[in-house]
Amino acid sequence: MSIFKPSFRANRRQFLAGTGAAFAGISLRSYSASAAEDKKLNLYNYSTYMGETTLADFNTATGIEAKLDLFADMDELFAKLKAGNPGYDAVVVAGDYLERMVKAGMVTELDQSKIPNLANVDPDFANPSYDPGLKHCIPYMWGTIGIGYRKSAVGVTPIDSWKVLFDSSEFAGKISCLGDAQNVMGCALKYLGYSFNSTNPDELKKVEELLIAQKKNIKVFAPDNGQDLLASGEVVACQEWSGDITQVMKEDEDLSYAIPKEGSNVWTDNWAIPTGVPHPENAHAFLNFILDAQNGMNAATTVQYGTPNLAAKKLMPESYTNNPAIYPAKEVLAKCEPTKYLGEELNKMRDEIWTKIQAA
Amino acid sequence: MDNWKDNKNVFWTLAAPGTFWLFVFFVIPLAFLFVMSFGGKAIINGEMSITEYAYFTGIGNYLRSLEPTYLQVMWKSIWVSALATVLCLLTAYPIAFGICFAPARWKPILLLLVVLPFWINLLIRTYALIAVFRTQGYVNLVAGTVGLGPFEMLYNNFAVIFGLVYVYMPFMVLPLYATIERLDKSFLEASLDLGASQFTTFMKVTVPLTMPGIITGVILVFIPCLGSFLTPDLLGGTNAIMIGNVIERQFKAANDWPFGAAISFMLMFATFAALMIRAFLAKRSAGVDV
Repeated sequence: MSIFKPSFRANRRQFLAGTGAAFAGISLRSYSASAAEDKKLNLYNYSTYMGETTLADFNTATGIEAKLDLFADMDELFAKLKAGNPGYDAVVVAGDYLERMVKAGMVTELDQSKIPNLANVDPDFANPSYDPGLKHCIPYMWGTIGIGYRKSAVGVTPIDSWKVLFDSSEFAGKISCLGDAQNVMGCALKYLGYSFNSTNPDELKKVEELLIAQKKNIKVFAPDNGQDLLASGEVVACQEWSGDITQVMKEDEDLSYAIPKEGSNVWTDNWAIPTGVPHPENAHAFLNFILDAQNGMNAATTVQYGTPNLAAKKLMPESYTNNPAIYPAKEVLAKCEPTKYLGEELNKMRDEIWTKIQAA
Repeated sequence: MDNWKDNKNVFWTLAAPGTFWLFVFFVIPLAFLFVMSFGGKAIINGEMSITEYAYFTGIGNYLRSLEPTYLQVMWKSIWVSALATVLCLLTAYPIAFGICFAPARWKPILLLLVVLPFWINLLIRTYALIAVFRTQGYVNLVAGTVGLGPFEMLYNNFAVIFGLVYVYMPFMVLPLYATIERLDKSFLEASLDLGASQFTTFMKVTVPLTMPGIITGVILVFIPCLGSFLTPDLLGGTNAIMIGNVIERQFKAANDWPFGAAISFMLMFATFAALMIRAFLAKRSAGVDV
């Protein structure tokens, strides 16, 4: 019987290769942006928020190797970039956060001449309030917040109001809401007939009272897994992002999505280039690549959100463009408001109310 | 042991890396947070800045942390942690006892079983608990086959406390094991020979002699419980919020680092108070120190 003896001694060649790689890693980082930019790109995005083949396609098209890091929510992105860009070339960022980051000087202005595919952007998205003229970002996906529900469990009448989540004990213990102050309070404000972005203390006070009274009926404030709770039968109705529900609707016919009649939130996610970007040329190339028709179609097919890329939308099948969960009727959409950046003072106030709601 | 003054070079060589580490990665960041806790966000052009801070603006953050909302959350964190600690003690004591009185060849394996969960990430273990407890989870699956349930075991205080007990149990078992192992069994025999019942022997001999282990275990479990935020976040319901969640939110969603720093220090003061109680009790019990 022979005995295997593991050896951890590197031979000279392996050692040299290893040190070489280590030094290459150090020295390449210190090169400034130039025509000789190395073929690398570091992206920062949500999970399951990219076309299945996007990175591989980008590599085939440009030879640039893209590395993807994931964050759970906008606050994680913001906290990480606030302390200085740790090396990201392009990040996904929601409209209100983009506005905040532009204000704080955390994103760079785009060189639009390097993004000819901007011509593909739907005119409705070409001049957003959070970034007029798309100076700092390109739109990536858009969607709404609504109620995902199980048809067989809620009875014959389809859900059409926030009432089931915010003001009713009909499904006590079988409903969930999102997990952040902005969206839970925003939708509760809409239910009471106020603006999603209300800054009026009296209106916010009413929302506080409404949610504290309703808390006993809500099972959990689920940060990003309402669709899983719905799919596994833990809840019968949940407040969720449209695309998260459409993704599980594909697997379970009994699930549905509704934007309540009181109105809701409509949001746009964008790609932006953070300040201190190591590979600006590659980043612009990637943004241009995202706005390409075929690639935009691939991404929309995977993530099932609305695409602001008109050329890509034209390639999509009817099952997508006619899906009311993805493209709601104009009059429904008219009642939905975008999230606005309200300033730090208001942010703090809303957080305090949110703590009170949870502690009550 | 030699006096360190006799071998100063050896002492400093050995002490330097640890001191350096503590200083750079513990004292400096902590000092930074301490300074920040007395500051606030800078007001630039009449608007609260997103990234800039104003330092030495007073104790406003500490006063704010004493508002009823935050005291309420703090109090809840204390009792949840205390309950989890007591449950940990009640379950860990028999386990530690069992390991000590097990045959010698079994001891390493039993200890390994206690430590084994540590090899898996906390997040994964917590998600595993979700799979066990949810309405269509494993417990309800088994209960369902005998016609019971389904029980609501997830997204409530039960789940949070169970999660904390599950995660921090080894911190209780190990110090208890260490003291029980050193317990002189002849004391127990003497007590029984002199006519004391098993129960009296346990209460009057075993417990006092293992008190140092109990206190160490309680401190080791209570403190991390007090600062936990992942467990209440994932397993808790709508009112599961603990002070750790509030602190986390100040550093993320609320973007209010000075206030987050101030609550962190309030938590630290509470911890110091707990440690002082420990020192006081240890002095009184005057047993073997761990």
